Amino acid sequence: MTDTASALGAESVSDDGIDRALLRGRPRQHHGLLWLTAGIVLFATFLIGYSLVTNPRFEWGVVFGWFSSERLFTGLLRTLSLTAISMVVGIVVGVLLALGRLAPNFIIAAVAAFLVWIFRGVPVFVQLLFWGFIAAIYPRIAVGIPFGPEFFSVDANVLITPFLAAILGLGLNEGAYMSEIVRAGLLSVNRGQTEAAKALGMRRFTILWRIVLPQAMKIIIPPTGNQTISMLKTTSLVSVLAFPELLYSAQLVYSANFKTIPLLIAASLWYLLVTSVLSLGQFYIERHYNRGSGKPLKVRSFPRFSTSLRPRAAKREVQP
Amino acid sequence: MNEVVVEARGVEKNFGDLNVLKGIDLTIRKGDVTCIIGPSGSGKSTFLRCINQLETLDGGYIIVEGQPVGVKIRKGHVEALSNAEAARSRENIGMVFQSFNLFPHMTVLENICEAPIRVKKENRAVVRERAFALLERVGLSSKADVYPAALSGGQQQRVAIARALAMEPRLMLFDEPTSALDPELVGEVLDVMRGLADAGMTMIVVTHEIGFAREVSDHLIFMDDGCVVEQGDPRTVLRSPQHERTKQFLAKVL
Repeated sequence: MTDTASALGAESVSDDGIDRALLRGRPRQHHGLLWLTAGIVLFATFLIGYSLVTNPRFEWGVVFGWFSSERLFTGLLRTLSLTAISMVVGIVVGVLLALGRLAPNFIIAAVAAFLVWIFRGVPVFVQLLFWGFIAAIYPRIAVGIPFGPEFFSVDANVLITPFLAAILGLGLNEGAYMSEIVRAGLLSVNRGQTEAAKALGMRRFTILWRIVLPQAMKIIIPPTGNQTISMLKTTSLVSVLAFPELLYSAQLVYSANFKTIPLLIAASLWYLLVTSVLSLGQFYIERHYNRGSGKPLKVRSFPRFSTSLRPRAAKREVQP
Repeated sequence: MNEVVVEARGVEKNFGDLNVLKGIDLTIRKGDVTCIIGPSGSGKSTFLRCINQLETLDGGYIIVEGQPVGVKIRKGHVEALSNAEAARSRENIGMVFQSFNLFPHMTVLENICEAPIRVKKENRAVVRERAFALLERVGLSSKADVYPAALSGGQQQRVAIARALAMEPRLMLFDEPTSALDPELVGEVLDVMRGLADAGMTMIVVTHEIGFAREVSDHLIFMDDGCVVEQGDPRTVLRSPQHERTKQFLAKVL
């Protein structure tokens, strides 16, 4: 069987006037709009850059002086530990609440739903204030048998430090959000997976831990990365508890030297830097949990400008 | 006659108002291959899932190897099994699903070794050795370290059979094992099943493969509308069906 093109051989232009040989090449792309947008963006970038350099009120010397100062760095470390601990608390609470909501025991499911309702419904800022002022509600916190003897008791102000109040406020709020993420992840795993595991005689915990959770991770990880990045910035709310994390450290400095804008910029630069590092980490974790899906996650490079702009010459394939 | 492995009497199952099983009576003996055929929605898969407690019974009982399914008798009362007890009773029953249900995040070898190691607490090296032997038996020795996504449907189903066999079950349930496969891949799975039957495994196979049922099974069951309509020697049932419903069905599929 021969098709028209090969039957014609070297004579590629047939009666209908279409050059078959040219059709074998890659078509030339139109890039007019790309050049226009590139021009607009470049010009805007120039304007913003010009203003950043020439406006003396940015005080870049002051910005970078404080950026690398020990005070902001100590604040940054506190922000990082707050973020890490709150996220760990949030994930643990989230998994427990998610399992609770999916439990066959409807009382457990209702309690879990109620806790999610509370911790997600009240603004995290207000929750932080409540935990900060816990001593106003419960001045003393005791361990003992209800209505029976007490084993020991502590002054609430001593036990619930600003740091602990921050962890409780941020962690429980985070737990409520994480529970929804985890729940969506668990529900995303095909029911056949649980059935196959059951048929092999696996216990419920083994099925959850070895079969369902690892597969749910693919759904859980990306939003958890977002939550972590979001948490990094939410920790700045803790400044109301007078806990000197990154933002409050900056505030303490500018309340003394009145270099408000430079210090806010210095703090922002740190937030941006850590966010970038976290995003990179998220990429590697996602790649790990994507294994076995057959689609390796690649670093998405910027559209290949050079090759896409160069129209390729029509290749002539000579048929023997 | 061989000893009875599965004894089902008056098995009923409802999904809401729908009576899927309307009193199934069935006896399956050791070493027998039983094929269940019938139109979609006749309840054959549901019955198979009842044997493995993936569905709970709404009436009647099933006894597998002397153990009532899903319940236990204590002090003159019938009690539901706890989750752990139910899991333990499933250890001796292998099951193969229409949609394979391999664990996608584990390699072929990990899929096979997972249950013997986690459930039976067997020695890793011993299980590994057995897994390789099973892979050889299903003709996939070279695929031990790949993920299921890299396998064809037929290969996945053969891994699923190896995974079930790794638990050394005394009864194998096949729920339409070739229905999700491209036609040219059906043969390789049926070959593995035929080998298993020749080795004396007790098997219950829900299938649309009439040819397999004729050649391999010792016992053929035709189900329709939640009832066993006709059963007996496969060649006899297929050649000269007694019931009108069986005749109609076979006229369509043969």
